[in-house]
Amino acid sequence: MAYNFKEVMNKKERLAPGHRMCAGCGGTIAVRNILRGLRDEDKAVITGATSCLEVSTFMYPYTAWNDSFIHNAFENAAATCSGVQTAYEVLKKKGKIDGTYKFIAFGGDGGTYDIGLQSLSAAMERNHDMVYVCYDNAAYMNTGIQRSSATPLYADTTTTPAGKLSNGKPQSRKDLAAIIAAHDVPYVAQTTLYKNFKDMHKKAEKAIYTPGAAFLNVMAPCPRGWRYETDDIMEICRLAVETCYWPLFEVIDGKWILNYKPKTKLPVEEFLKPQGRFKHLFKKGNEQLIEHAQAEVDKRWDALLDKCGEYSQGMIKKKEAI
Amino acid sequence: MKDVAQLARLMQGNEAIVEGALAAGLRFFAGYPITPSTEISELLAERLPLYGGKFIQMEDEMASMAAIIGASLAGLKSLTATSGPGFSLKQENIGFASMAEVPCVVVNVQRHGPSTGMPTAPAQGDVMQARWGTHGDHAIIALCPASVQESYSLTVEAFNLSEKYRVPVILLTDEVIGHMRERVVLPQPGAMKVIDRKKPPTGLEKYYPYQPGEDGVPSVANFCENYRFHVTGLAHDESGFPTTNPEVVEKLINRLNDKIMEHVDDIVLSESWLTKDAEIIIVAYGAVSRSAKKTVKEARAAGLKVGLFRPITIWPFPEKEIAALSRQAHTIIVPEMNLGQLKLEVERVTSGRSKVIGVNKVNGELITPGEILDAIIKL
Repeated sequence: MAYNFKEVMNKKERLAPGHRMCAGCGGTIAVRNILRGLRDEDKAVITGATSCLEVSTFMYPYTAWNDSFIHNAFENAAATCSGVQTAYEVLKKKGKIDGTYKFIAFGGDGGTYDIGLQSLSAAMERNHDMVYVCYDNAAYMNTGIQRSSATPLYADTTTTPAGKLSNGKPQSRKDLAAIIAAHDVPYVAQTTLYKNFKDMHKKAEKAIYTPGAAFLNVMAPCPRGWRYETDDIMEICRLAVETCYWPLFEVIDGKWILNYKPKTKLPVEEFLKPQGRFKHLFKKGNEQLIEHAQAEVDKRWDALLDKCGEYSQGMIKKKEAI
Repeated sequence: MKDVAQLARLMQGNEAIVEGALAAGLRFFAGYPITPSTEISELLAERLPLYGGKFIQMEDEMASMAAIIGASLAGLKSLTATSGPGFSLKQENIGFASMAEVPCVVVNVQRHGPSTGMPTAPAQGDVMQARWGTHGDHAIIALCPASVQESYSLTVEAFNLSEKYRVPVILLTDEVIGHMRERVVLPQPGAMKVIDRKKPPTGLEKYYPYQPGEDGVPSVANFCENYRFHVTGLAHDESGFPTTNPEVVEKLINRLNDKIMEHVDDIVLSESWLTKDAEIIIVAYGAVSRSAKKTVKEARAAGLKVGLFRPITIWPFPEKEIAALSRQAHTIIVPEMNLGQLKLEVERVTSGRSKVIGVNKVNGELITPGEILDAIIKL
């Protein structure tokens, strides 16, 4: 079906306004758009790991969720969702449940890349008919911006503070989408808040309506942690894609597909510059740090092109060298 | 020499823990962010590198606890800090540290529970978990600071006890004390006694890492120094190798208990305030003891003979002290931000000699002096 922006945006909100997430937060925008992937007639049970999203969307006596919601502690979203989904299957088979329900779990990068990885991995391996969505803002924002294994190289966080002895986080980020793809689940995709949300919408629909386990990794910037002006969020996301820092891709039944290849790959500097967490990289004498960050992006982009059967200059060079 | 004014600072409880830990010789911290303990991680991420130490943020609380065990066995004084849900996750490895006799300090800044509870609200619901949270018989030490100053000094004490007895020590503080800011006077550098674990003599032909000394504490070597040896959470003999020999295992479990319980006089700290002539004793610890102090003042002003006994060490429990007080006071009041956890111990020790009354609150708010006073007036 062709993507109609107006139509999709006019769907009934399943995460209602009035929640207390920050202005300029990528998390809520991501969640609203993922939930637009649900057909109006279908219901859902949402599982939430401990996160900003969880603490800010249901505050007694209010809830922003128009579907049933269960919050469990940090590491348990995928396992809890597995239990709900399995029981649903049993009851559905016995004819005790009317209607179609879908099962979607949301976790931040801390609850997904780190403490929740074991529970996520097992849920994916068991191939529950569920979608796990990681809204990746690349640090523990809920507790005050501590690094996670999703935090990119050189980012300044409260536990990798940039200063005299440190240039921010010394390690690069874990490639979670690739890890989940290695589980050989039916559907894995990486997306972000890009342009008219067509990419995210299509991926949400596929993830929700593909039978079996699906995983979405959604880059969801955080104005507090990344330190950008709240109305710059869409531009930050665009730069992440155009610099190939955050490529858009899918892995369908093990086949890697690149969804977007910029005509001109922008230097990563463009993505780093508007963000306060990378401010120290632009001090005089730190030019080599930006070069490292660029090398990191290039390496990963090349590997992705290779996986997706594309051909890049980098790969040609590498092959020529051999 | 710096004078007192130079050493006085306005400090947060969690910050004082960091300062105390560094003064005690902390060189390794592994942690995972959790409210209301996160400041400890954040500050150590900044401070430890300046001491040539290492901060690692781990992937969860289980891993943090495992990492400090590893670092301690390699010879660094190690710390982790957490709160309720994280303390639950650490329990398996706290048991390991007890069984394998690994010195380490675990800070639990108590928050409301169970489960996620109220992350920013105080509670004292982990008193029994600190004692029995991990499975199996084991002795443990838990200290409860009631001020920012004490957050500093008890952190040093926690490290000292941990090194001396080769046991995990829990610094059981709470959200009020952890987040409160007040004036502290840091001791002169080097003024606080710092204890380091004893080391085995070098050059032994046969080395038994778990052979206890006279104090019941073994001299386990540090990894990468002198000896090759094995460490396990399985029941083991003095060589460190697993055994199911009932005699050997019986001896081991008893020794793990005795090395603490036979030294309670060395370990147990407490404060008695206006208890000499008291007919009514308030037994309070942590943040609640500050309210209790005010209650005592108000009660005294009204002519009531009320005193305060504050266990600073809550595990092992100050049995002798409480038993003595129960011979003089007709009533013991135990205010706690839980449903009466330490009250159970007070009842056990007083054996019915005094009436024991709990003042309990589990709504995430601190117990007020007035609420304790009300219980006294109602007597």
